Parts: sequence; C-alpha cells; structure tokens
Amino acid sequence: MAVCIAVIAKENYPLFIRSVPTQNELKFHYTVHTSLDVVEEKISAVGKSLGDQRELYLGLLYPTEDYKVYGYVTNSKVKFVIVVDSSNTSLRDNEIRSMFRKLHNSFTDVMCNPFYNPGDPIQSKAFNGIVSGMMVQTG
Amino acid sequence: MDQESAAASGGSLISLNEHEQRYYSGLHARCQADTPGKLSSSKVAELFKASQQPPESLHKVTEVCGAKHLGYFGTPQFYIALKLLAAAQSGLPIRLESVSTTNLPLPRFAGLKHEPDVRHPAAPPGPDAQGAQCGSAPVSWTPADRSTFRPLETSADKKEPWSPPRSPCSSPPRSPLAYHSYPYAKQRNGVEAQITPESKRSSRPMVPLEQHSSPCHYGVKPTMEHLQAFSAERPSQPGTVDYSDDDAWRITGEQLEYYTNQFKSLQPDMGARILGAVAKNFFTKSKLPIPELSHIWELSDVDRDGALTFTEFCIAFHLIVARKNGYALPESLPATLQPGFMQHEEEIPDTPESSEPLIVFEDAEPRSYQMGQRITVRLQPSLSSNKQELDEEPLKEEASVKSLTSSQEKPRLRQGAFPDRPEPPQDLDPQMKTKTRPRSYSSTSIEDAMKKVEEPPTPPPRPQKTHSRASSLDLNKLLQQGAPGVKGGWLLHPPALPPRPSASQVPHFLTVSEKTPQNKVQQPNFADFSHFREEEESSMKPEDQRPASGFGPSTEDLTNNSKQDGSGSSHCQAPQKPVRRKYLPESQNPETGPPPGMVFPPSAKPSQKLLSRQKREIQMAIRKNRETNTVLTRLNSELQQQLKVVHQERVTLESQLELLRPLAST
Repeated sequence: MAVCIAVIAKENYPLFIRSVPTQNELKFHYTVHTSLDVVEEKISAVGKSLGDQRELYLGLLYPTEDYKVYGYVTNSKVKFVIVVDSSNTSLRDNEIRSMFRKLHNSFTDVMCNPFYNPGDPIQSKAFNGIVSGMMVQTG
Repeated sequence: MDQESAAASGGSLISLNEHEQRYYSGLHARCQADTPGKLSSSKVAELFKASQQPPESLHKVTEVCGAKHLGYFGTPQFYIALKLLAAAQSGLPIRLESVSTTNLPLPRFAGLKHEPDVRHPAAPPGPDAQGAQCGSAPVSWTPADRSTFRPLETSADKKEPWSPPRSPCSSPPRSPLAYHSYPYAKQRNGVEAQITPESKRSSRPMVPLEQHSSPCHYGVKPTMEHLQAFSAERPSQPGTVDYSDDDAWRITGEQLEYYTNQFKSLQPDMGARILGAVAKNFFTKSKLPIPELSHIWELSDVDRDGALTFTEFCIAFHLIVARKNGYALPESLPATLQPGFMQHEEEIPDTPESSEPLIVFEDAEPRSYQMGQRITVRLQPSLSSNKQELDEEPLKEEASVKSLTSSQEKPRLRQGAFPDRPEPPQDLDPQMKTKTRPRSYSSTSIEDAMKKVEEPPTPPPRPQKTHSRASSLDLNKLLQQGAPGVKGGWLLHPPALPPRPSASQVPHFLTVSEKTPQNKVQQPNFADFSHFREEEESSMKPEDQRPASGFGPSTEDLTNNSKQDGSGSSHCQAPQKPVRRKYLPESQNPETGPPPGMVFPPSAKPSQKLLSRQKREIQMAIRKNRETNTVLTRLNSELQQQLKVVHQERVTLESQLELLRPLAST
C-alpha cells in the first residue's frame, strides 16, 4: 500500500501527485522531488551499460528511516514514483512491480484520450480510481 | 454442398430429395444470419410462423430438431425443423421418426418475404406478427424462464422429445414469443428485450421475465418518459423498439440513424475507426467541457485503442446527447450501452412512427448539427413492472425530458413518479464562480488599507519616513505619482539624513524589514521618534514636547502639537519644517505651503478644504505605497525561503555526488 504516488513528466514537473492526506503532504512532495535525481542517475547509468534496452522498473531508489521510495520510468521518460511506508514489510518487489504496471496501463489509457493534452495535469477519474485502489486504505 | 453434408452429418435421420434440397437450401440461404453456421433466429421464427402451424407445434418442432437445446438454428437443425414442419402440415405428429419419412410434401410457408434481406429489420415484422398473436393469446413468460432452465435440465435428449413439451403444455398456450424468446435469450438479448415489451402489453408477470431474460440490461439507468405516450399506444404500435424498462441509455433507431450519418460524415467506411484527433474535434463542437468529454471518451473507447469504431462512436455520441439533455455522466457504461448490445441495435433500427425531435447539437459547424432536428431522448413511462427496477436506480430522479428546445409537439407521459430534473447546472456554475472571484480581491485590499489608515489618526507619514530613507528612489517615484510636490522634499531629505540617522536608523530598519508589515508600521514610529527626539533636542526647543507626547499617536499629531506650540505661525513652522522633513514622510511636508496647512486643520481655516483634499490625496498615495510595500516584502520573504530550500537541495545533491564520485571513477 503506497503512501504517496506521483507521476512526473519528462521535463521533471509533476503531472499527478497524490499522498495519503493525513500525513504531511509537503514532506512527500519534497521526497518525490529529491528522488528525481536518483531516477535520473539510474537512467543514465543503465543507458551506458545496456544501450537501448532498459529496464523500466528501477527498483528501490533510496530508503529512509520512515519509508522507501520506488521508481519506474517509461520509454518516454515519464517517471512514476511510489513512496511506501517502511513499517509495511509485507510488500514484496513483485507487488511493487504490479503496482507500477497498473499505473503504466492506466497512464496509457489517459494518454490515449484525445482530450488529454500531454503535459496537462492528469484529471482522469479512472486514473484516480486506480491510484486510490493502491493507496493505503486507512489514509 | 456443405448444406447437404451438414444435413447428412447433423441428422442421419433425414434424407432430402432433390426438391427438398433445393427448397431447403433456398430457405436456408434466406435465413442466413451474420454468424456462419447459425441462422438468423428472427427469420427462422418468421418462417415458422409463416408455416401457419399452431404455436405448440412450432415449439415442439424447435425442440425436436435440437435448436432449443443448442440455442440456435444450425443447418442440420434447420433442415430437421423444415422436415418436421412439413410433417406437421401434413398432419403427422412431430417426432423425429417423422423426419425420416421420405415422401413428405414440401413445407408450405405462407406470406414469406422472398428477398433475403439480412439487414433490413426482420424484427419489426416479427414483432408485428408477434404483437398480433400476443393480442390473441395471453402469454406467460414463464416459458422464458423455463427456456433458460431447460438446457440445464435436459441433456440434449433427442430421444425424449416429449418430456420437455409436457411442462410447457401445462402452462397457458404459448405464443411464438415464448418460442422466440429462447433463441433470443441465447443470441440476442436486445431482441428479446424487444419482445418483452410486446408481451407486457398483454401479460402481467413481467418482472420475473425481465429479470431472467435480459439480465444484462439493468444497470444504473435513468428512466425517461416516452414522448409519444407510448405506454398507452403500445398495443397498437408493435414496430417500435422502445422498451418500457429502458431509459436514456438505450439508443433508439432514429438516434442510431443520426449517429450513422454522423459517422459516415467523418469516416465513409463504416467498418473503419475514427481517429482520436478527428473525434476530438468533432465532439468538441458539442461545447461540453473538456473534462466531461474526456470522461465520455474513457467510457466509450472500450478497446482503448485511441480510435472509435462505429459502436464506440455511437456510445460516445449518445453519452454526449444525454449529457446535453441534462443527464449526469455515469461512472461506467450503462448496460444498454455496452458494445455487445450496440451491435444488435444496429440490426434493429427503429422505424419512427412520427418525427421524433432530435437534439440540437450546438456546434459551430452548420452542416452537421444545425439541421433543425431535435433528438429528445425518449422517456419511458414507468410501468408496474418497471417500478421495481426503477426504485433501485439512483438516477430515477433525472426523469424529466430535457430537450434543448421546447418540444411542444410531443405529449409527454408523466407517471407522476419522476420529479423534474433541475436545469443543467453545468453552464451556470462556472459562470457563477467566475463572477464572484474577481470581486473579492479588489474589495478586501482596499478595505484593509482603509482600516489601517483610519485607525491611527495619521499613521501614514511614519512608514513613509523609513521608506524614504532605506528604500531606493523607487518609492520616491511612487510617491511622486501621489503627491506631485514630493520631489522637492525628497530631494532634500537624502542629503540631510545620512549623517545623523544612518547609524541608528539602519539597524532599526533592518529589524523592521524582517518583521511583518504591520510591525513595520509600528516600529518605524519608534525608530523615527527616537531619532526625531535626538534631532529635535539638539536642534529645536519646541520639539521637546514631542518625546513627551509619546509614540502612539502618529507623527502628525506630534507635529501638530509641535506646530501648535509654534503657535501656528508660519515662521515658527518654517524652522521646524526642515528638521521635520528628515523624519516625517514627504506626504506630510513635501511642500512648504500646503503641508503645514494639512497639519493645521484648526489653524489654517481659509485653505482648509484645499488642504484636506490634498491630505486625502496624499493619504491615498500613502496607502497605495504601503500596499505595494507589503506585497514586495512578502514576495521577498517567499523568495528567500525558496532560496533556502534550493540551497539545501544543492547541498544534499553535492553530498550525493561526492559519495558517487569515487564509484564512478573506479
């Protein structure tokens, strides 16, 4: 269960960011922002070694004492960042991967919508529904 | 010929002679449906009816030939059925054994249409006949239930053709509707639902039928009134495809034609897809807000390919139509708008009994939309059978007909259970919101400024003092706009000030700048006064009274006092003025003449009005400058905070970089 989910565009501005409201949202926004650097670094590192082929799932970006940050980047340099609570140890890597896959699919659906201009904040109800399903329920 | 082989394989029981083969193959071709191997059940039904057999025997025929079990008429079943019909017509009992009799005459079908028109509504003539028969015989819809149950119960037992017929025999005589409902239930739920309203006219137990027969139809549906008083006219209008249980979300035939025309205008090939951009331009003309159009797209693009097939296009168009009529967009596609259903709809275009008004599409393009036609979505009256479902539907309230233009020619049925829907709020709300917003900003700031100014008698001068000193010439320029005579005073100030107040004034100003603007108002007073005190103690005697008077009142008061002490004589004021100018804002004493007049309301009576006016002007200028000052200080503080944040980030990044550098180098 994620605590915060963010979609960041290629130009590193957020298209969608939502966190469990009871907690300090500003802290999560800041965390996501700082995690972007780690994402960039991972992208560039993998790019050198493997050439064109690149793993979309970036894995654990960095852990802090409170939570862990996972990253995922698409081929069009759109980044997904998920922040999960560290106390939730039952979350396995596969589950995070599936969450990212779901996010990617619904993001693709949003993109397919001709009424959505790339670069606009994402306001799709379907996308919101999927994100809510992934967030911590108690939040 | 595959037909022969099919007949041979399907039934080793039947052997067809030449005539029969030809005849049967002709009939078979006539009854061809879209799906290969299956015959169009409506046409088969029509054919069977034309055989003029009583309904029970037709039912029996269906069962015996195996179509009932299969759910559709395959070629062998069809042939067997034809054989059985022939047997029945010649008086033989309907059994499988009778199929094997060789010398059966050809089955006779009366009044058949001879053109195999697949597309053309076979259904309306079907319901026509059905309706006629319906009127004749009460229909019970339990057969439909049984029909769904039967495949579970009986296990394709052709050897026991009689056992199934027993249970239907116990029921009231079946009309072909029951007979038809079974294949329809399997194949075409839409047609079945079409049949059900026909039956409803004459039969009562509709609720169980609907629940069983068309399970996929009941989702969240608003009920709609039928514009033509359909419920009253139903028995006489068999040809319509309007369903009493259905609602805004079902596309009528007329609407379907309209949508078809629109689709063709966009894309001549009916089988191709409309690209997303094309569809976007098209639907944007409907003047619905973009988020709603986006939502409609999400609902209608079922295969998520970014393009609209004809079915998806109809769905989207229908949703737009509904939205324009005031219906809220559903969260998910209503059952009647599902693509599977849509395809059946295509085959049953409605024959409009009278000119249905079409929805005016408020688009810029005249050719497509401003046809003068109006589509009003048909509302269905609530029948007793419907109310069960209707009560459960949350959108029941949105029942009133919402036509963009008055459709006075249509009598509207009101069952009394549907409150009128309020006007579409979508157009009103944004207007309301936009109107209220701009007002608020301007008013509050002025009021605040007014309050600030009015509370202390003459506060403005003091902040001006500090501004004049610490700030650059910008404020001078600002003040120049307010008080034209400021220039002279201002120019005088800077050179006079530096020696004295610089030491003490600067730290005061620094402390002030870090605080809120309100504090700024307060502190400069203190700062001014302290300097003022020093200045005046050193320079002027009458100014001794000022420190005694205290800081609360504005400097203007003090200056008043001081000036009063100076007996209001101009010459007394004159020596005071240069000193005062150093501290007092230019608003007070920008000019030698008028400002003292401002400060001396009791004394300078003749020019009082002029002075008050100028005072007011200057106060206005002061207020404006204060506001700009506060805004600028806030901006400054925010920028500084951002700067701090960015600094921190930079520090973290640099630390990370340093950490990574040894790794990268190795």
